[in-house]
Amino acid sequence: MLPPKTVPTELTTLIRDLQEALGAENVLHLPEDLAVYEYDATIERARPDVVVFPATSEDVAAAVRIAVQHDVPVVPRGSGTGLSGGAVPILGGVLIVLTRMNRILEIDADNRVAVVQPGVINLHLQGALEPFGLLYAPDPSSQRVCTIGGNIANNSGGPHTLAHGSTVNHVLAIEVVLPDGRVVRLGSRVPDAPGIDLRGLLVGSEGTLGIVTEATLRLVRKSPATRTLLAIFESVADASEAVSTVIRRGVIPVAMEMLDQEIIRIVEPRINAGYPLDAGAVLLIEVEGVADGVAADSAVVEQACRDTGAREVRSADEAAERERLWEGRKAAIGAIGGAAPAFYLLDGVVPRTKLPQVMTRVQELCREYGFSCANVFHAGDGNLHPNIMFDPTVPGATERVLELGGAIMRACVDAGGSITGEHGIGLEKRSYMEWVFSEADLEAMRAVREAFGPSDRFNPCKMLPGGHGCASGHAAELDAHLAAGAYV
Amino acid sequence: MTTIRFTGPDIPSAEDLANCIHCGFCLPSCPTYVATGQELESPRGRLHLISGIRDGRIEGTPRALEHLDLCLQCRACETACPSAVPYGRIMEDARAAIMANEPAEQPPAWRLRRLALRHVLARPRRLRLAMAGARLYQRSGLQHFVRGPLAPLLPSALRRLEAAAPVLRGRPFRQTGTLASPPAPKARVAMLLGCLHGEMYPDMHRATVTALEHARCEVVAPPAQVCCGALHAHAGDAETARALARRNIDAFERAGVEAVVVNAAGCGAAMKEYSRLLRHDPNWSQRAEAFSTRVKDALEFVAEQDFAHDLGPVDRTVTLQDACHLAHAQGIRTAPRAILGAIPGVTLREMANSDRCCGSAGLYSAVQPQMSAHVLEPKMASIAATGATTVCTANPGCTLQLETGARRHEVDAEVRHVIEVLAESIEAGRSR
Repeated sequence: MLPPKTVPTELTTLIRDLQEALGAENVLHLPEDLAVYEYDATIERARPDVVVFPATSEDVAAAVRIAVQHDVPVVPRGSGTGLSGGAVPILGGVLIVLTRMNRILEIDADNRVAVVQPGVINLHLQGALEPFGLLYAPDPSSQRVCTIGGNIANNSGGPHTLAHGSTVNHVLAIEVVLPDGRVVRLGSRVPDAPGIDLRGLLVGSEGTLGIVTEATLRLVRKSPATRTLLAIFESVADASEAVSTVIRRGVIPVAMEMLDQEIIRIVEPRINAGYPLDAGAVLLIEVEGVADGVAADSAVVEQACRDTGAREVRSADEAAERERLWEGRKAAIGAIGGAAPAFYLLDGVVPRTKLPQVMTRVQELCREYGFSCANVFHAGDGNLHPNIMFDPTVPGATERVLELGGAIMRACVDAGGSITGEHGIGLEKRSYMEWVFSEADLEAMRAVREAFGPSDRFNPCKMLPGGHGCASGHAAELDAHLAAGAYV
Repeated sequence: MTTIRFTGPDIPSAEDLANCIHCGFCLPSCPTYVATGQELESPRGRLHLISGIRDGRIEGTPRALEHLDLCLQCRACETACPSAVPYGRIMEDARAAIMANEPAEQPPAWRLRRLALRHVLARPRRLRLAMAGARLYQRSGLQHFVRGPLAPLLPSALRRLEAAAPVLRGRPFRQTGTLASPPAPKARVAMLLGCLHGEMYPDMHRATVTALEHARCEVVAPPAQVCCGALHAHAGDAETARALARRNIDAFERAGVEAVVVNAAGCGAAMKEYSRLLRHDPNWSQRAEAFSTRVKDALEFVAEQDFAHDLGPVDRTVTLQDACHLAHAQGIRTAPRAILGAIPGVTLREMANSDRCCGSAGLYSAVQPQMSAHVLEPKMASIAATGATTVCTANPGCTLQLETGARRHEVDAEVRHVIEVLAESIEAGRSR
């Protein structure tokens, strides 16, 4: 037998207090159990000291109050599908996993409102809304697993953000546990809530200001008609030109997604979505509305694509056919995992009209650094997702990939864009914040954060550069690594 | 038992593990994750544990091994995985790499399981003796006594296990040699009889022979065949699995057939993977390769033949449980539906999540009764919601589990292999 592990007394009492408050079965603390809570969908790794599974807002508040008493950090986690290290407990502490709070509390179809707990999976909500002919518009590619709580924390987007806007436009009200354990309700179920819009502040704050324990969501009606078009181009530059041309001609499709040749060749053999293997790029465009409007809009889209060099434009009206076209897009990022030993997924955003220029620059940079790169992204929003593929066992490869990632982000910023379109800042892009914000801007954000609670309590070292304790030990090591971002 | 390391020839490979990018798309497909909401009982979590134990970053404590043991090996995560992580074989390798340790180091429950598998399942004579005892138990009235007056005195685990025992119907199927020889056969095929299958569900074998004969196939059952070794492989006894694979390859090669037809999805999936199981064995790798390509699930094979002629009506409203090792491991989903669709009188009502595991999972229902029952519950609810009076399966383990479920949850539905319903239709056609 191994000698029993010695646990520092403070940790023992923290664990005991949490067990008393939430029930022993809802608290994990053994090292081998904590090991699977050290990651999200990035390469960041850090183990929490203890993991709790609350069932109610009161449980969350109790766990937070205990963490305050013991002066340890608190990090919220949903399904752990984040792409910026946001749910990785970089300074340890209490990890609050919200997957058990997964009930849809109410669907009010007439007022187009749903009330849900934060652990509800995005796609499960969509499924429950289906019979009412309604949907919740934000549709991240990870929607079959990501939670509404995580979507709110990251202000998630998705292909349909182009027409409907990102999560912040679809959250009417939230119940939040603040860093001192108080429970508050922000926003309102009816439009135009009076007072300061703290709801808007909380959405996208990446768990640094509060933990959402209930959300009242705005629903939209499913359009009576939907058409998905697949436009096939010889090059990424042509496809990029088409995106701007479509919008210039007055049509805003609900989604415009681009896949370049590299990604088509990875995803098509596995998914059989119907993308031609010899295409330079394809655009997946979705048009919604009443049937006549859809027909008219698709005609404009099709002409715009042909005028910018599309060699073929296919269209699908049936749900099964449309789903098949989308399946390739939704599975694309994951499919890269099977095609390369490792890849670095970037998330940047540029003004739509700069797409042709920036995409050309991305390809140049990849060639310069000697890596192949697969692109699949929300072209309509100018939201790029270059995936740099590499072999981390080659000495120096990881460092060069990180450098390349930084150079691509820089190119986005230089073109008037920004460092994240939807994945959030998390740990990954803290240091890029200085590229897009002045010290005064960042100070204003820090002041807001401090107003909610001490910066080392809720999700420390996330989103804003600097921070107490973030520049020492493990975090500092990572920071050096992260100077150029790191999702591998 | 202390902490354990992976050892032996089957340590999960770094390449297989590297395919996982931690995206988490597998989570909602995993029955144990859905049941617990915990990463520990998810495919991504288990892969992380395996990878950590492999590289010495995580200790292989009894607790860590429990998480690996709680996996159903249903492989639904493989269907959900966009990166094509070969989860099933990683888990089999991990279990084999645990069981390659000295006996004293092995988790006691795993060791016990291996003993039972090695010394009963892999030994036809002992197995038959055990089954004869079970039959006697059911028919002598002893079972009545156990379920009646004795029940309150038994521990609940034993009671549950007893309640899950199948009703042994009719004579066991132990026939070998030529099982059917229609005039001018279109193909010559061999049938796997399996270890428990012919003892527990002899009618499935009879129905398979009927269906194959109807499709004008000559059917043989090589007498030297043995248990397929699937349960051994799943439980980490790669050594016995390889020994059984060699014996089967030899037995079926001698039969000189075009296809080896298997009516148990779990066995078929394992036999299609003999090529991988024996890949390091220079004397056997090529033979195993050739053998595996000839293995066909019975439904897969029949659906490719001319089977839809002269079928008579069968009045059944059915729902289909996609056997995990048919849908996820072998990628076969249309064949059972095509066959059911061709039978006059059969109405198919699809259940929600038909490819979600029922909790049978080989030995799982016996070794993890609690989780197995937990997974079975929503399955029975989905079945009941269809209003179907027949549940169709493609695997004896699922049949056993769903029969138990129907009794426990009072769902008024018979459980039948798809091929049994087809055989009924063939019989009905003949008697017209």
